Amino acid sequence: MTARTETLLWLAQRASAAVLAFAVVVHLATIVYAVRAGLNAAEIIARLQGHAGWLVFYGVFVAAAAVHAPLGLRTVLAETTPLRGALLDILVVAFGLMLAILGWRAAFGLFAFGSD
Amino acid sequence: MNTALDVAVWRGAEQGRFVSYVVPLRENQTVLDIVTYIQRHLDSTLSYRFSCRVGMCGSCAMTVNGVPRWTCRTHVRRVATNSRLEIAPLRNMKVVKDLSVDMTGFFDKWARAGGAFAPQKTHSKDFAVVQPDSRARRQADAGIECIGCGVCYAACDLVSWNADYLGPAALNRAWTLVNDVRDGARAQRLAAVAGDAGCHACHSHQSCVQWCPMELNPTSAIAGLKRATVGAALKGAL
Ligand code: SF4
Ligand code: SF4
Ligand code: FES
Repeated sequence: MTARTETLLWLAQRASAAVLAFAVVVHLATIVYAVRAGLNAAEIIARLQGHAGWLVFYGVFVAAAAVHAPLGLRTVLAETTPLRGALLDILVVAFGLMLAILGWRAAFGLFAFGSD
Repeated sequence: MNTALDVAVWRGAEQGRFVSYVVPLRENQTVLDIVTYIQRHLDSTLSYRFSCRVGMCGSCAMTVNGVPRWTCRTHVRRVATNSRLEIAPLRNMKVVKDLSVDMTGFFDKWARAGGAFAPQKTHSKDFAVVQPDSRARRQADAGIECIGCGVCYAACDLVSWNADYLGPAALNRAWTLVNDVRDGARAQRLAAVAGDAGCHACHSHQSCVQWCPMELNPTSAIAGLKRATVGAALKGAL
């Protein structure tokens, strides 16, 4: 991988970390709020479905996680296992795609809940 | 007060064992003095490396009670625990014999990180004027006192996890040159230090800073390289 690609990947990891720092705080705050307010699943779904703002928020959150986690995993695996090179890259890209698909599916599922 | 020191010294190469020696304790004594005493009086086959004895050449580093140190400037009183000392070769380098390690890989990485100054064609130009208080000069200043002892390299866990990692000293050197306005190889050097064998791999956990005997800060130099490489990559100059 070229120096430029590696550098941009590093930047992507830092940038996604910044997004995650914000998104995780919002996410945790809403969890605390939901618990304190005693919201049940139906009430939570009622607030999220059809709400484009939350869809965008969780869409971005998932994207940041799907960028950040595989890059971190790539480093951890390279430093602790003999995995290197193309095989490692394919593995972590697959992992990132999985995170993105599962996450977006969940976010979109809440948004569109009950509409079909 | 104890009058003798119980010293365990690594003997052998990669495979070897600690051998115990009893060395008289003096009022003022460095770890290098201890090793020299053993070699002169107890076992002349002991191999180790030193030169200047005053903290300039960087050749005497060893692992003392688990910590990488320059032995010629490390006082026994400060590091011996219960009159005991364990002296081993530096980590992350192949042991040649006893306390001498092969530093080839360490210095090869300086070259790979673009550690050689690349003069611009200035014979027709006037002397470069470098303002002492300019930002670049001050950043270069912060790193130029490196004596190449390898202490930081031995302290860095990342070197032991990733054998290709250029390491704190080579990257620190590269950063001093990136800040040298007379240098003509900025782009090549930034390309050489980028990536997961270079500055972007550094975990910033600062073991290098903790033990560098010259009190340099390679972690901060590496952070500078991260910024400079990102800037170059975004401008398409990497
Ligand atoms: S800060 Fe970087 S160079 Fe220094 S010890 Fe840690 S990983 Fe190694
Ligand atoms: S940076 Fe410090 S510890 Fe590392 S080689 Fe230079 S003087 Fe030694
Ligand atoms: S012998 Fe030169 S630095 Fe220790």
